[in-house]
Amino acid sequence: MTLMTDQTANPAAAAPVPVPGARAIEVADRADVSVEHAAVAVEIEHLDAFHGSHRVLRDITLTVQPNSVTAIIGPSGCGKSTLIRCLNRMHEVTPGARAQGRILLDGQDIYAPGVNPVVIRQRIGMVFQRPNPFPTMSIYDNVVAGLKLAGVRDRALLDEVAERSLRRAALWDEVRDKLHAPGGALSGGQQQRLCIARAIAVEPDVILMDEPASALDPISTLRIEELIDALRASYTIVIVTHNMQQAARVSDRTAFLTVGDDRAGYLVEEGPTPQMFTNPRRQLTEDYISGRFG
Amino acid sequence: MTAAEFEPGQVQRVLARHRPRRGEPIFRGLVVLASLTVLLVIAGLILVIASQSIEGIRHNGVAFLWGTTWDPVHSIFGALPFIYGTLLTSFTALVLAMLIGVGVALFLVEMAPPWLAGPLGFMTEMLAAIPSVVYGLWGIFVLAPWLRDFVEMPLHDTLGWLPFFSGNPIGIGNFAAVVVLTIMILPTVAAVSRDVIRAVPLAQREAALALGATRWETIRIGVLPYARSGILGAGILGLARGVGETMAVTMVIGNAPTISLSFFSQGYTMASVIANEFTEATTDLYRSSLIEIGLLLLVVTLLINAAARLLVWRASYSAGSRSLLA
Repeated sequence: MTLMTDQTANPAAAAPVPVPGARAIEVADRADVSVEHAAVAVEIEHLDAFHGSHRVLRDITLTVQPNSVTAIIGPSGCGKSTLIRCLNRMHEVTPGARAQGRILLDGQDIYAPGVNPVVIRQRIGMVFQRPNPFPTMSIYDNVVAGLKLAGVRDRALLDEVAERSLRRAALWDEVRDKLHAPGGALSGGQQQRLCIARAIAVEPDVILMDEPASALDPISTLRIEELIDALRASYTIVIVTHNMQQAARVSDRTAFLTVGDDRAGYLVEEGPTPQMFTNPRRQLTEDYISGRFG
Repeated sequence: MTAAEFEPGQVQRVLARHRPRRGEPIFRGLVVLASLTVLLVIAGLILVIASQSIEGIRHNGVAFLWGTTWDPVHSIFGALPFIYGTLLTSFTALVLAMLIGVGVALFLVEMAPPWLAGPLGFMTEMLAAIPSVVYGLWGIFVLAPWLRDFVEMPLHDTLGWLPFFSGNPIGIGNFAAVVVLTIMILPTVAAVSRDVIRAVPLAQREAALALGATRWETIRIGVLPYARSGILGAGILGLARGVGETMAVTMVIGNAPTISLSFFSQGYTMASVIANEFTEATTDLYRSSLIEIGLLLLVVTLLINAAARLLVWRASYSAGSRSLLA
């Protein structure tokens, strides 16, 4: 898993190198970075999730393809967010919450006994619905927070990663002159891109996004979507969204969840996004997509 | 009551009857009066204390602030031992109470299971409900002998060459006062810190956890920075209580106007000397000098509060501590 960056050359000079399984990309509006990153698959097998005695998710089996964007859509309360929070073991942080089943990250079960969730979360980054930078930390410190937690003290390396991550998050040009200003002083859209920079700084295998643009204005939303498109080449991305147009725009594959009679969410179907939105196999999916319920 | 009984326009007619709202000016008058009362009391208090201490100020001069001799018989009044005693005991107690109190607060919010957090939080607050004279009694009969035998003696024997641990370890003294004060400040610091830490958004903790932070790292980067100004505020409330605390301190500090680095030395605080010597103040000058100490205590309290407010303001305003220090 190596990152190749070219921070000075013009777009033409940063020629992408073709790598099997990974598309080399250029960040849309800051076309000065090209990256390859061997991403990994996530296999969810018979996952059940609970809040206390209430079952939130029932028997979810779903494979997330590497180097792709998988959108999870579904009506409110179907457990979209719970599902994504199970993927980095954040679900169990809530008191009374637990999950059972298997989730294989690159073939290894992250729910196996003895697996340290802290290590899992270093490999699976997460971006939340509301931008949550550390408000008292500087922009710079926000970006390298994950590295510092992991014990990286090499100033030159931290500087390099900070710049690279901010460039990839399409935020560098806006903050390069105020890297030591507090992260809380940015606008909402900038804060969310800062959070994305913070997530990719540790070079995770997978990035989870829980409605990352739902608290943002349309322009900021567009920038986040462009960013997701650019990141797809290097990462496996799972995005929860209640916005079906967004799912259609950014994702390669779409999974549709809904709520069963027992108030537990279950997977209706999963497939390539174009097919899901034009010719779904299940009537439930078509009803939801065409706005007949949900 | 059924809805059908009302005719159109009836509600408007009822509302119209209530138009002239006489309660408004009465309420307004009452709250203005209440706030004026506070102002008047403070102004009156300062006026009386200041006027009563004029005789002392004239006689003692500015040297009152750094004079170390307190000799009422010969009319020599120096307040430094009391200032020193007050600041030494309250600040030391504050540091200890902050360490323990923030620890208690973090445990209650971040770690303790609900069945433990409830009772433990309640008991911490109970510490604040114990009358200070009871702390004093406990200090004299339980704490002081225990400190003497199990803390001060060993410290004196091993580290007696340090100025902090020299002198006679008799139990009663600065150390006992600090311990009692710490316990008395603790509930304030712990309760306020707990509320502040509890108010830190879940999103901050999740941001840290999602980066692969352990529990302690989450507290360090996600919780404490966010709660910083509030925890400072908790300290101020505690300090205010420590500076003014009279009875319990008077009972355990030894009441000797000396300035010593030693933990075991006997001391005196501003509040204690007022409480102790008011009945003995036979001359007007003596009485006036005691009131002057009261005035000084008022000023010290105001200064501490002003400084603390500045600190809190800086901590919450300049959100980036690192950029501030860099």
